[in-house]
Amino acid sequence: MNGFDLSAILSNPEFVSMLFHGIEATFIIYVGSWSLAMSLAILLLGIRFSPLPVGNSLVAAYVSYHRNVPTLVQLMLWYFGIFTLMPDWLTGWLASHNAEVIFAIIGLGLCQAAYFSEDLRSGLRAVSPGQMEAAKALGHGYVSAMRFVVMPQGVRNALPPLVNHSVSLFKNSSLALVIGAPELTHAIKEIENLSFRTFEIYLVGTLIYLFISLLIMAGGAYLSMRANPAVGGHA
Amino acid sequence: MITDLIAIIRDYWLLLLIGQYPNGPLGGLANTLILSALSIALAFPVSILLALARLSKWTPLRWPVTMLVYVTRGVPLLMLILWCYFVVPLVTGTDVPSFVIMLTTLVVYQGAFLSEVVRAGIVSLGHGQMDAARALGHSYLGAMRFVILPQALYNMIPSILSTFVSTIKDTTLGYVINVPDLTFAASQVNNQLLTQPFQVFLILALVYYALCWSLTHVANRIERRIARRRAGTVSATISETAQATKMITEQP
Repeated sequence: MNGFDLSAILSNPEFVSMLFHGIEATFIIYVGSWSLAMSLAILLLGIRFSPLPVGNSLVAAYVSYHRNVPTLVQLMLWYFGIFTLMPDWLTGWLASHNAEVIFAIIGLGLCQAAYFSEDLRSGLRAVSPGQMEAAKALGHGYVSAMRFVVMPQGVRNALPPLVNHSVSLFKNSSLALVIGAPELTHAIKEIENLSFRTFEIYLVGTLIYLFISLLIMAGGAYLSMRANPAVGGHA
Repeated sequence: MITDLIAIIRDYWLLLLIGQYPNGPLGGLANTLILSALSIALAFPVSILLALARLSKWTPLRWPVTMLVYVTRGVPLLMLILWCYFVVPLVTGTDVPSFVIMLTTLVVYQGAFLSEVVRAGIVSLGHGQMDAARALGHSYLGAMRFVILPQALYNMIPSILSTFVSTIKDTTLGYVINVPDLTFAASQVNNQLLTQPFQVFLILALVYYALCWSLTHVANRIERRIARRRAGTVSATISETAQATKMITEQP
């Protein structure tokens, strides 16, 4: 290997466009699985707080499965397992629409929903029951008390773990490499194969991941500062 | 469906348990457990050193370690594995088995994560403990060794156990560099059968589930016991007046 030369990567238009395609796919997987996870988490939370005991244990089982099985194995089960059990018309449609990316979104999203719903649940449980009673005494209904009194406090409590798990979801998006999704790590490995400049391309990839992770953390810090100005102002 | 699962387990349980051991490298579930136990055992002392370095007043020590911890936490484990796959053979100058590369990666990764736990444990004890130990004549290291760390580490036991669970889950990523672990064994089984991928990976998921669920269960029980014990000793030994002085001495 000859000396360190970052320009060998960054001035090669082919490599740069591969990098950007990788970032694009990672972004699609991240945003897709984050949205899926968040909407599913809210749904799971609704089932948890509903009076049905069956719903509660079903959600507990869902959470337990997704937290105790490695994310990679979940992805493999989706892509190598469930994909093959699907009816032909669906398999064909998926195969022609980037099945790897779709299954990465489904697998990562379902897994992360378990974490998000637990974060939200412990945040809501930390709000004292007196808040709900007081809001009802002031004439709020259940839904509006939830919306205006309990939820804002609960989400504020849940913000730090939600941000942490958003960062780890971003990092986990690299697992999509294993099922062959053309995301950032995949692009990095491919450029490495073509250029043999391992150190340089890994450095570029690490910096990209680090930058976006720090961006998400900073966004979370900004949100919690806005949600809680008294504390955030001093900290 | 159920009969398929049973048939696969009956035919391949040995491969899933120990890999191709007598005729090849140790693999399967045994290797997964050895890899995670070894990496947590090595990551633990590393994490204490990293935490002490991050709490050090000496900037040339604190800054690089803080940066290392942030980089490790901000980068995917997969990227770290690729780095080690590239760097470790370069440093040692020889061909390194993928098991050692995965071990190195996990020690660095979990060491960085655990160091945050250790640091939080030390910081949450407050200045009072350190000041009191110094007043009694301990040096900085002596106070750390005999007063601070025993308390901080005892409170950390549940976090260490949950880190162990996440280490077991992280060993699956060794699949990318062909570490012969449980996931690798399952994909070998899948390659031999070819027709039943869902059943094979379902078995894989169930094994991991049983393993991690029981360890999480143990961790939760220990956590409850520790919480009870701490609450018990406080109410038994510290009276109302002592509580009041404690509040004064623990002012930042």
